[in-house]
Amino acid sequence: MNINSKQLQAYLLLLPAFVFLVGFTHYPALATIFDSLMSTPRAGRAPVFVGLENYQVMIEDPVFWKSVTNNLWFALATIPLSMGIAIFMALWVNDKIAGRSFLRMSYFLPTVLPMIAVANIWIFFYTPDYGLINQALQLFGLKSQNFLGNPDLALASVTVVAIWKEAGFFMIFYLAALQTLSPSYREAAQIEGASKWYFFWKIQWPLLMPTTIFVLVNALINAFRMVDHIFVMTNGGPNNASSLLLFYLYEVGFKFWDRGYASALTMVLLAILAIVGLLQFFLLDKRTHYR
Amino acid sequence: MTARAYTAKPASSLTEAGWLGTLGAWVLAIAWILPLLYALWAAFHPAEYATTFSWSAPLTLDNFVAAWHAAPFPRYFLNTIILVTGILAIQLFLCTLAAYAFARYEFAGSNVLFSLMLVQLMVMPEILIVRNYQTLSSLGLVDTLFGIGLPYFASAFAIFLLRQTFKTVPKELVEAAQMEGASTLQILRHVYIPLAKPTYLAFSLVSVSHHWNNFLWPLVVSNSVESRPLTVGLQVFSSADQGIDWSIITAATLMTSAPLLIGFLIFQKQFVQSFMRAGIK
Repeated sequence: MNINSKQLQAYLLLLPAFVFLVGFTHYPALATIFDSLMSTPRAGRAPVFVGLENYQVMIEDPVFWKSVTNNLWFALATIPLSMGIAIFMALWVNDKIAGRSFLRMSYFLPTVLPMIAVANIWIFFYTPDYGLINQALQLFGLKSQNFLGNPDLALASVTVVAIWKEAGFFMIFYLAALQTLSPSYREAAQIEGASKWYFFWKIQWPLLMPTTIFVLVNALINAFRMVDHIFVMTNGGPNNASSLLLFYLYEVGFKFWDRGYASALTMVLLAILAIVGLLQFFLLDKRTHYR
Repeated sequence: MTARAYTAKPASSLTEAGWLGTLGAWVLAIAWILPLLYALWAAFHPAEYATTFSWSAPLTLDNFVAAWHAAPFPRYFLNTIILVTGILAIQLFLCTLAAYAFARYEFAGSNVLFSLMLVQLMVMPEILIVRNYQTLSSLGLVDTLFGIGLPYFASAFAIFLLRQTFKTVPKELVEAAQMEGASTLQILRHVYIPLAKPTYLAFSLVSVSHHWNNFLWPLVVSNSVESRPLTVGLQVFSSADQGIDWSIITAATLMTSAPLLIGFLIFQKQFVQSFMRAGIK
């Protein structure tokens, strides 16, 4: 077989997958740039070029800014907390511990269940007066709270659900990394009489760094695309108190049918993902993870 | 405290969780499965016990029967099963071919194409819903199961995982097959694919659970019972409430998650390992 037909064969093998990759990832990403500079087509009126008008609307839109700040708080809380809890979970189930397989299952279970389904159960937990959390609060003589109906508590309440959903997922990556660490580190530390914390901070934690960066990138992406529970639990409310960027994008695009503005909002999400991508590029040794 | 623990059991101090660790781990585990425990309680007891807990509460399956009849769940189940298996079958086929090309061919632009493929790991189709919806409507595929599945047919994750696996296949095996006159596709079929079985299983579990749970994109694309998957159906069902009936909602919730729940309990080890394999890379 000569070189050229071998090359041709490779391209033919790639072609079907790339039709879909280009059609639903690259083309729409590029087309969104163009769409965001156009007006929204209305009955009988084709879209016209409006320049940066959609972005102008965005800058003046208080709901956009609310969604951005909400999303930043959401990210700021979910990322460190879910990662921190994940490390504890992984360290625990990596040790000899009573009921290890039950613990592993409990931690990981939320990851496999549909968010849309488990959010229903969380609504009950948060229900005023007779909800589980409020029953517990009342047991300690505390006042019942309307977690999802109170603008001060709604965002925090949906954040807790996201942490619950994510921690077990990240645990798996940490557990995988811990299990690949050479046992000789542990033996050496044992001989030196190192404490558990010393061993963790001086040996395990630095060795887990590539995993931490990998998980961090995933956590960042998820912080900007995890919205399913918002649909069930708060619908972005009350008064946009729990609206996140992707949720707002959905509302603008599919409730108000404002395609031009929705495209501008998509550009914001794409810009965030591009930043995450660059971060990954500079932080991560590409060889260890993608080669 | 730690020092004393050493003198008592020097050999195991770093591998055994102390009592504090054990306690913490258990408290967290119980907090983590509490939502599921509650759902089981409310779904299997009469409505009057849904929010109060009593050991004497009688068990019942009525809530499941009521939920099953309250919405077209049989149709939603069918839709989800068709969707999940259809997506998986097409993904496995397309991604095997692409992964093979990336793993064992040298061609101009392979690095560029590989990087372009990896973009999908970050920019998932749901971020681009507005434009992808337009594509779908210009193809006339809105409100069809095929339309819901279409953007997911090529999975960067699958291509990546399979490529890694194919790269570990020993060259000697391939050369032996070539000596016997096997064509490239025969080698793929008879050497690479059988050796990559664990990867196929791992990816299948990830794909099935992801698409069983997927919500936003199916919500946008489907607007009739004929194309609605379970997640969207459940949302329509639980938000159109006539006063919240927790028993029926939890029963519907458990029904929706049951196949995954059961699958998880059966395949627990493979499930965890498949995610772990994805993590190690």
